[in-house]
Amino acid sequence: MPVYNLKVNGQSHTVEADQDTPLLWVLRDHLDMVGTKFGCGIGQCGACTIHVDGSATRSCLLQVSMIEDMEITTIEGLSDDASHPVQQAWKEVDVPQCGYCQAGQMMSAAAFLTQNSNPNKSEIRDAMSGNICRCASYNRIEKAVEVAASKLS
Amino acid sequence: MKNNISPSFSRRSFIKTSALAGGGMLIGFNLFQSCKSEVTPPVDISQLNFNDFNAFIKIADNGMVTIFSPNPEIGQGVKTSMPMLIAEELDVSWENVHVEQGALDTKNFTRQVAGGSQSIRHGWEPLRQTGATARQMLINAAATQWGVNASECKTENGVISNANGDKLGYGEVVKVAATLEVPENVTLKDPKNFNVIGKDIPNVDIDKITTGKPLYGLDYKEEGMVYASVLRPPSFGQKLVDFDDTNTKVVSGVKDVVKFGDKVAVLASSTWAAMKGKKALDANWTSDSKLESTEEHDKILKDLLEGSEFNTLRADGDVKKAFAEADQVIERTYESPFLPHNCMEPMNFFADVTPEKVRLVGPIQTPAKTAKIVADLLERDVEDVSVEMTRMGGGFGRRLYRDFVLEAAEISKISQKPIKLIYSREDDMLAGTYRPAIKYKISASVKDSKITGYHLKEASVNSNMYGLIPNFFPAGAVENYQVDVANYESKITTGAWRAPYTNFLSFAEQSFFDELAEVLEVDRIQLRLDLLQKVKGTTDERIQYSPERLENVIKVAVDKSGWNTKKEGVYQGFSAYYCHNTHVAEVADVVLDNDIPVVKKVTCVVDCGIVVNPLGAKNQIEGGVIDGVGHAMYGDFTFKDGTPQDKNFNTYRLIRINETPVVETHFIENDIAPTGLGEPTLPPAGAAVANAIKAAKGIRLYKQPFIKYMNTKAPLG
Repeated sequence: MPVYNLKVNGQSHTVEADQDTPLLWVLRDHLDMVGTKFGCGIGQCGACTIHVDGSATRSCLLQVSMIEDMEITTIEGLSDDASHPVQQAWKEVDVPQCGYCQAGQMMSAAAFLTQNSNPNKSEIRDAMSGNICRCASYNRIEKAVEVAASKLS
Repeated sequence: MKNNISPSFSRRSFIKTSALAGGGMLIGFNLFQSCKSEVTPPVDISQLNFNDFNAFIKIADNGMVTIFSPNPEIGQGVKTSMPMLIAEELDVSWENVHVEQGALDTKNFTRQVAGGSQSIRHGWEPLRQTGATARQMLINAAATQWGVNASECKTENGVISNANGDKLGYGEVVKVAATLEVPENVTLKDPKNFNVIGKDIPNVDIDKITTGKPLYGLDYKEEGMVYASVLRPPSFGQKLVDFDDTNTKVVSGVKDVVKFGDKVAVLASSTWAAMKGKKALDANWTSDSKLESTEEHDKILKDLLEGSEFNTLRADGDVKKAFAEADQVIERTYESPFLPHNCMEPMNFFADVTPEKVRLVGPIQTPAKTAKIVADLLERDVEDVSVEMTRMGGGFGRRLYRDFVLEAAEISKISQKPIKLIYSREDDMLAGTYRPAIKYKISASVKDSKITGYHLKEASVNSNMYGLIPNFFPAGAVENYQVDVANYESKITTGAWRAPYTNFLSFAEQSFFDELAEVLEVDRIQLRLDLLQKVKGTTDERIQYSPERLENVIKVAVDKSGWNTKKEGVYQGFSAYYCHNTHVAEVADVVLDNDIPVVKKVTCVVDCGIVVNPLGAKNQIEGGVIDGVGHAMYGDFTFKDGTPQDKNFNTYRLIRINETPVVETHFIENDIAPTGLGEPTLPPAGAAVANAIKAAKGIRLYKQPFIKYMNTKAPLG
């Protein structure tokens, strides 16, 4: 089995995996970083969203062989101490119901806010529409993105 | 009328205490009062056993309180709100409370279940009684030490004080308190003195969720565990003939292939290898009967509605006579598709079956039943089976069923390995226990402009509405009233789906009343209020709802939604419903965007009695409303040749944030014992939207999903 060198949350890891293994399962099964969630496996729900070189990306569609030398950030690495404005906002607004999709939601929001730090509601809704929340905590997700934006500014 | 009555319970013996070996006090109690009277809690916390009690409170020497919350957490918030009830009467500061999910070995309990929106309703009295009993024991210990009368002592935030100004923290008297007799009569707080109940308390798992810590079943792993992916018959009604695993066995990481029944499991060192190995299986299937389709179900259910083979669940007066004597009969049929649950966390479970014991860990709404059926399957004593519940990535009824746990147990038994069964999204959608397709035919007879008869007929796949539903509104409001059900036995597995039956029945009935008002040319709100007027003072004990409380939510919804002050370009639809012991009224605001209806806002008025945790309660309400809007608008699930036609989110549509209305929540303030919120705001949403779309576009919707019947090609939302 091929060996890959990955840089996840600022740390180097060596993993042995088939070249077509999605990064999602490398993170979860090989590296024991289970914060990134499996929802659909086809890039439709956003539960597995991570950052690749700062951009929100679906880790279920990203083969391990494609990401060597790239900077991977997962929910575990969004901050060292839950201090990222998005994490703080999610807590303040008490967004989660079941909470399963929220890592993906937060990673989408964090990447979006680096592109647009002062979004209006419509821009937030567009940006977050790739992430499904089956509990439909959408009103609070919208609010939390607003709160996070205000913390960033 | 049953709304104001708290569930009764026996105080005797449902609380026991022990002094812990390591310091502090352990209080065992049985939330659902079925523990054996001779049992006492363990003195060593590591021996904590949910066989004997189904919940525990530990008060440490330093005054910190750990509550082992009994019920499974599926996102409904009970892991936060149930411990709040204990903390309130124990009179401790919430900051000093730590909550852990109670595990389960099953034997003695009656309801360690997440389902039916019942956890808070059933827990209201016993959880507060437990907290109050512990508080009284702590006071008694302090009073003895001070040599004063216990009645002269007060508590505040975990500190006991007396008239002389002496103070003792709970932690200072806990060792003595644990040895005292359990008092039989404790006084509960007056609601106006609540310090925890009624406060906004954030989700107790919030820090773990926002930092990606392991919490869910899918996150659970153990040393030596292998991952399992299962190939199941592609269609309901098919059986396995044979299979070739040549291509599977060459997939790197695949360790074993196991056949059980009509299924084949691939075991591997990673989830991906197991899924890949499964895809490489080459299997042949057969069926000995015709495979079912939605087209065929449509015809069968229609025929059932038109037929005469009904089971009558409730009959008041003489519906037949009322219809025969009517000036006018209004009859409408409403049709719903199957729906998959689509929990965001696909089904999964850990099982380790060894000759000594059976360990099960994962997301399950019904742990007690799980232990029993796994024991039955494996021909083991139920005492050998332990179940640990993880936080669940959604439930919605899907995890009431145990099919995936049975699979996991069987695979572990055959392979003699600890295994983690993981469903792909396709597995999850193709092997569901779906909301059954249902058709309702509602007829009303009108004589001298009055509704004289109401006849509800249900034709459903596999099962029918449960017995209490025929006693919901409008039962009692119409003199001649009948509910009939008919059934078709299908091979497609069906089951409870968030607010079973009422999730669609409410749409049918609340659409029907709206149309009835139009036909009778009366005010649609007044029609509902007039019907409720007739139920007031009823002596019919079967009636589940309170006409006064339903009337109240309707009136408040009219007020809060601006129903009587029309806004240009905003079309409103009304709906009110009682289910799961909670009264709800909703008003949907729809606007037209290029002639396409868009749901902008839903005003939701809820009477759930005392609101335990407003922050969590509003989350449930918003979620329930949007879930109701989303599935009414988009939810569709059809079958062809026994196979679902959607298997992932590329074709199966769930509501997304850009299609979501703003939900404005209003609670009715009262001191009535609380009822649940996981389900009751979902059912009224569909009719509120349909009635608003009627106002906006003139189109009356009878079928879900609305998107299919809107007479427009552009997407709604």
